[in-house]
Amino acid sequence: MTTKIPDILKVTSSPHLRTKETTAKIMWTVSLCLLPSGLVSVRVFGLHALWVMLAAIVSAVLTEWACCFIAKKEQTLSDGSAVLTGLLLAYNLPPGAPLWMVCIGSFVAIVFGKIVFGGLGFNIFNPALIGRVFLMASFPVLMTKWQVPIGIDVVSAPTPLAVFKDQFAGTNVFPSADIINYSKLDLFLGIRGGCIGEACILALLIAAAFLIYKKYISWHTPVGFVGTVALLTWAFGGKTLFSGEIIVPVLSGGLILGAFFMATDYVTGPITRKGKLIFGIGCGLITTVIRLWGGYPEGVSYSILLMNTATPLIDRFVKPRRFGDKR
Amino acid sequence: MSLSFSGGKHISGNKHLTQDLAIMSMVAPAEVIIPMSQHTGAVCKELVKKGDKVKVGTKIGASDKLISSNVHSSVSGEVKEVVDYNHPVLGISKAVIIISDGKDELDASVKPRRSIAPLSNDELLKIIKEAGIVGLGGAAFPTHVKLTPPKEIDTLLINAAECEPYLTCDYRIMIENPNEVLKGILLLQKILQVKNVVIGIEDDKLEAISVLRNKIIAKSYSIKVEPLKTKYPQGAEKQLIKAILDREVPPGKLPFEEGVVVSNVGTAFAVYEAVYLGKPVYERVVTVTGKSLKSPANLRVRIGTKFSDLIEFCQGTSSPVSKVIMGGPMMGLAQFSTDIPVIKGTSGVLVLSVQEVSDYKEGPCIRCGRCVDICPVGMLPFALSMCAEAKMFDKAAEYNPRDCIECGLCTYICPSRRRILESIRLIKTVMK
Repeated sequence: MTTKIPDILKVTSSPHLRTKETTAKIMWTVSLCLLPSGLVSVRVFGLHALWVMLAAIVSAVLTEWACCFIAKKEQTLSDGSAVLTGLLLAYNLPPGAPLWMVCIGSFVAIVFGKIVFGGLGFNIFNPALIGRVFLMASFPVLMTKWQVPIGIDVVSAPTPLAVFKDQFAGTNVFPSADIINYSKLDLFLGIRGGCIGEACILALLIAAAFLIYKKYISWHTPVGFVGTVALLTWAFGGKTLFSGEIIVPVLSGGLILGAFFMATDYVTGPITRKGKLIFGIGCGLITTVIRLWGGYPEGVSYSILLMNTATPLIDRFVKPRRFGDKR
Repeated sequence: MSLSFSGGKHISGNKHLTQDLAIMSMVAPAEVIIPMSQHTGAVCKELVKKGDKVKVGTKIGASDKLISSNVHSSVSGEVKEVVDYNHPVLGISKAVIIISDGKDELDASVKPRRSIAPLSNDELLKIIKEAGIVGLGGAAFPTHVKLTPPKEIDTLLINAAECEPYLTCDYRIMIENPNEVLKGILLLQKILQVKNVVIGIEDDKLEAISVLRNKIIAKSYSIKVEPLKTKYPQGAEKQLIKAILDREVPPGKLPFEEGVVVSNVGTAFAVYEAVYLGKPVYERVVTVTGKSLKSPANLRVRIGTKFSDLIEFCQGTSSPVSKVIMGGPMMGLAQFSTDIPVIKGTSGVLVLSVQEVSDYKEGPCIRCGRCVDICPVGMLPFALSMCAEAKMFDKAAEYNPRDCIECGLCTYICPSRRRILESIRLIKTVMK
């Protein structure tokens, strides 16, 4: 069968080919890659962690749907960003977080983290971190109630980072009976106290490796971030200079989750590779300062939010080299 | 290691549709439409009028302006009329319509030259000018002008990258006519009086590389063949110079200012034909291709043949057609109709079916940085697209929109399907 060529053809500006990658595909892939880490936590901390994840996602989705509905704008749920925001928020909450609090967090993340700026692409701060920081400020006790797996039981105990800080600062808040000494393997596999998604380093690194291979995230931000934390903690985290522990601080807290999955957020980070490296180093610097000398045991969330504000500045000064400019 | 430049990306080629198909000569159509503007520069004035008899190779258009190029008849027969007609680049342009008598009689001026060696450079340039040779890669800049640069040149680069997906006409010319191509290159070398001559070919065209290398060794020519990384836009003039010579031609400047002349491999072949055979540019090789085309082909066709004739010659299409493009899918121009003549710059005719063309819905920029990483000239395409969206044209000027070589990679790569290049074109137009 031969088809007739229409008299009037479609005319568009070149190029006439497009990549298969779409924003939605990127968002859904990142969400999917993050899932294993959360599922490990469900296994370790119990089923409530799963309810926290679901509550965060469902409330984020409902909030975005309602916002679009009220503003009479086209629904944007299919771009996958609301689901990713919900999931990332859940991953930054303690496994025992009450569900009503989770829902408040998601609402704040979507509305004040994203929608008020004009939706996806226009927000200044990482929405999930806005949600988390809001909850930290509003419900400090609930947000720091950590559960720790011991054998088949789950008990309350300080996180490895809290212990690290306690010892570093010499405050000795925690009675030695409460302190659990984890092996490095436990830390790597995620058998320790902490937020839902941050614990299983193995799962996070596999996911990150896949996303870097797919070029969905670039290595510049996480390498700058983790590298700086490791270097500075080694330099200043011990009793004398250059005697600090490196492995434990890197594996503890939300560093790996934050460096690979939150600081790499497209919208709120710099656009060039060099800029991303600077962004990562800045995050690492702030995180270490907070961890060692600040008021909190963990500083990943704050460091990313603070560096988010520096993004326009970095983009202003770090530009690609113009072809033909003198080297 | 193949040579390369920064930015760019390999785009899966679909060259397999035609790359192993030998060039076929298509018989002259019953009627040709020959536009008086097929080149960069002044429009030619027609030298014939209704009722005039012409032969193959008869000069029918010329201009006394410095930058222009002669136009010749591609059939023998009678001038039907001189009218405004559809044009693949300009939309509408003055054209000479000739009814073929089917005899294909050659004009008296078209005859082989016995000896080439005694010809002086000025004589060679005159032959090239008379033959209406222009850059056959697509830009169609008059070759005789390019060969008389206002500054001293040290290197001649032959652009055989053919980086556009689908297109295979240059590749076929190199494989089928390597001796002629090399003779053409030697003529260009002689005119420019340069020692250094390099042919740049993407490293997926191994056969072309080895065929040319073998001929060069056999004849002990002093021409180099450099394999280039298979990556779009490797064949963009400035990117080619960067890859082979590691020289950067600054924005707004031409290659001669860095001591380089770049010429397309098909142009070198045309120079051979003009000098040795006395043949002006009245036909060229066109890749007629597309997945929906029943039998894609590399065709030697007369200038002025309608696209519809080419598609018919390729036995039509098997699925509904949405777009017909002159050139490749990245930089080619979408045509509103197939009632359009082949001109000297027509390297390909690409037919895209309805399934291959989607209506892309634009989303917001998520600042993923893909367009920045891929841009071969180091621009910030996303920023320009946002400026255009907000109609902030003054602001847009800060982002050097004129640096854009319109390769289209930013639009290609954008996951939010933003028409970034279209925005940049808009900005360039408003800034004029």
